[in-house]
Amino acid sequence: MKTKYKGLKRLYIALIFIFMYAPIALLIVQSFNSSKSRGHWGGFTLDWYRSLFTDASIGEAFTNTILLALLSSVISVILGTAAVIYMSKLKKSPRTILMGVTNVPMLNADIVTGVSFMLLFLTLRIQFGFVTILLAHITFNIPYVILNVMPRYRELNPHIYEAALDLGASPVYAFFKTVLPEIMPAILSGGLMAFTMSIDDFIITHFTAGAGVHTLSTKIYSEVKLGIKPEMYALSAMIFVTVLLLLILVNRVPAKADAHGKEAV
Amino acid sequence: MKKKTVFSICLPLLAAGLTAYLAAGCGKSSREREDAPDNDSNRLYVYNWGEYIDPEVIGLFEEETGYKVVYDVFETNEIMYPKVAADPSQYDVLCPSDYMIAKMAGEGLLAELDMDAMPEAKTNIGEQFWRMSEDFDPGNLYSVPYTWGTVGILYDSERVDEEITSWDVLWDEKYNDEILMQDSVRDLFAVALKKLGYSLNTTDLNELEEAKNLLIEQKPLVQAYVVDEVRDKMIAGESKIGVIYSGEAEYTREENESLSYCIPKEGTNVWVDAWVVTKDSRHKKAAYDWINFMCRPDIALMNFEYIYYSTPNIGAMELMDEETLSNEVLFPDVGKYDLEAYRYLGTDAERLYYNLWKEIKSA
Amino acid sequence: MSKTRRLSSAFLGLPYIFWAAAFIVIPLIMVVWYGLTDENGAFTFANVAAIADPAHSKALLMALLLSFLATVVCFLLAYPLCMFLVELQKGSDSFLTMLLIVPMWMNFLLRTYAWQSILEKTGIINTALTALGFAPLRMINTNGAIILGMVYNFLPFMVLPIYNALEKIDKNVINAARDLGADGRITFLRVIFPLSLPGVISGVTMVFIPALTTFVVSSLLGGGKILLIGNVIEQEFMVAYDWNLGSGLSLVLLIFIIINVVISAVTEKGEEAKA
Repeated sequence: MKTKYKGLKRLYIALIFIFMYAPIALLIVQSFNSSKSRGHWGGFTLDWYRSLFTDASIGEAFTNTILLALLSSVISVILGTAAVIYMSKLKKSPRTILMGVTNVPMLNADIVTGVSFMLLFLTLRIQFGFVTILLAHITFNIPYVILNVMPRYRELNPHIYEAALDLGASPVYAFFKTVLPEIMPAILSGGLMAFTMSIDDFIITHFTAGAGVHTLSTKIYSEVKLGIKPEMYALSAMIFVTVLLLLILVNRVPAKADAHGKEAV
Repeated sequence: MKKKTVFSICLPLLAAGLTAYLAAGCGKSSREREDAPDNDSNRLYVYNWGEYIDPEVIGLFEEETGYKVVYDVFETNEIMYPKVAADPSQYDVLCPSDYMIAKMAGEGLLAELDMDAMPEAKTNIGEQFWRMSEDFDPGNLYSVPYTWGTVGILYDSERVDEEITSWDVLWDEKYNDEILMQDSVRDLFAVALKKLGYSLNTTDLNELEEAKNLLIEQKPLVQAYVVDEVRDKMIAGESKIGVIYSGEAEYTREENESLSYCIPKEGTNVWVDAWVVTKDSRHKKAAYDWINFMCRPDIALMNFEYIYYSTPNIGAMELMDEETLSNEVLFPDVGKYDLEAYRYLGTDAERLYYNLWKEIKSA
Repeated sequence: MSKTRRLSSAFLGLPYIFWAAAFIVIPLIMVVWYGLTDENGAFTFANVAAIADPAHSKALLMALLLSFLATVVCFLLAYPLCMFLVELQKGSDSFLTMLLIVPMWMNFLLRTYAWQSILEKTGIINTALTALGFAPLRMINTNGAIILGMVYNFLPFMVLPIYNALEKIDKNVINAARDLGADGRITFLRVIFPLSLPGVISGVTMVFIPALTTFVVSSLLGGGKILLIGNVIEQEFMVAYDWNLGSGLSLVLLIFIIINVVISAVTEKGEEAKA
């Protein structure tokens, strides 16, 4: 099939990409701007990248953000995968109910989820802090894991696992040898989605954070009104460029290797 | 399938990269922590207005006393209050304004202060400021004044070719899309109430309705309702006229000389922000040490020179030059203007103000 | 044998059931509880009925209007984009599509904030317009700015499901339609679009709900002049300290979310039935 209007279609895609990336480009430019106020170019500088590493409060917010994302995605992967195995053995109606409950944090408005957590923690008199944010993040991450792992798990051939059992493997051993490798890609993509959601969340964190505990999101929100510290631009630019480079690297290098392999054959 | 492979390679790489960041970015702060033991008993939780202290002062305090300060900021009294009320033990020292102190003291959220634990406060805070505080804190039981000032109009004298003397200018069609109003309930209503010649503590429904209608009428001319952003927007020339606290006026003038501040002739609000200690504070000793430290003349001067809000600290004023002291914006002659402090009006009136405010915002 | 296996799977399921009960079901019950009581704990319907107050209903209608428009714009931008992406990336990987998710790694508050610098009076667009001799435009603090912020933030949520749906369509089905004499328009209307519909519905819900309930986009790009229902709820909790009213209004939002859940459940079932 011949592709018509290829140029126009490419142009359209390019325009959307410009729309998506223009603010990001602006933020990156800002991170090299020696003037603190936005919109005024005061000359090129790397100062913000230098002072970034001595700014303890941004460092702490960053640590919290990454730690939350790592812990919440790992815990939600474990809980979520176990839940998938359990749910796939349930009868239809309990499964539908449990799936319905599972979907709630994903479909619910962030503000309602955040508010409901705040009310829960206040009633239980749990002090707001890192732990409350972590509990909330795990909760809204689990559905992403389940939704990724569930279809993959249901596609599995159950006979392989049973064959392993018949051959004398313990259920745990059989699981790690036959089931886990098969569902690993789904677990990883669910985990990555969870990680991304946790990093990008502001609203739920806003309602569950306590005194002196900041993530990058809540820190930025409190700075927006007073003027964002340029170090924040520098940090975001670094995170962004790293992710972008990783993606390009991962995507382009194997593709080329493949091509070489084929040529050789 | 291919996408999933990409993901699966991506994830460990990402984790590795980010951990490297983590190690680099936080090496510094964890090293700092090794010096002083950092546990909860050694901390002080401070909740203050944004940009309301010289950051160096916090470091000096930590150095001299060995406490670790956990410092959070709020934007308005109304944003601060629910955080404290919901969990009264999470912060030790706060810096609310007059009417909010009255409200919190009335609700039993604040601790009666032991003035003997803060000798610097007793000697350095001027007599007239203790008297001013009696309005909202009878007997000076709960608070130590930190700053004071007025609410007025900041304008760009190069692009506004008249001298502004009245709130009326905020309703002038000439300045369509050039006006910034305060995004907090009391300060917004104060402007309209004073323009109408009413008290800014009124609870009369008719007067408040009238003020509300006036503010709704003004809304199309308003560029934005903001709090701290007034400063940056005025400096950048984004707007010509903004309602702002007197302390910000001098700060913005340093960045943009054409900005002028005026106290409107109809009168305005005079306010005091003061340090208070929460009743459930887990670090009262540290809290007293903090307030005491803030009242030291050299520290008060450092803060003044950083934030430019008028200080009630006589000791610090003695260290200032004549030019600063005669600055009418920083140290206005209180008797010359029609100034009124906010009083706490009770929960019913508070709710009424808030509901009317929502009507303006959704109009 | 089968008994022990069931036991072990119950053991696997228990932590999650406990978790779901403690952190999904109970918190929701708390919202319902607060929403249906007054400050003394007595039952009342007033907090939910308060949605009829002019200020609240205006905020809700405004949120509905802006999020509806944002969803439509997202759809109109995303659908052709996904078709072109599927066509141009055919055979190769979905690298470009992944590039559309990467912006999510830049904090969304910062990204939205950056639009301020682009749209404001002294911002990039107006500086350029003035330099070229045009009159500056009033863009920031308008409904348009908020819609733009919503589209910008939530477009990836529309793109991904539509892209996945379109990518899955078997090329032979399209070719068969062509062979049977269908022209491009008919192939699209009768074959491609119906097959992509589940993706579209999932995209619409994933954009509409966050847009309907946001308070961040409106407070960053609306200059405090436009009050959405999300702002009202946030302020009831964080400013006015009225949890009952805040919860009551959240319950109203829950109604829209339930509609959403039902729609996505129905389409999921439809899909399963087809499979």
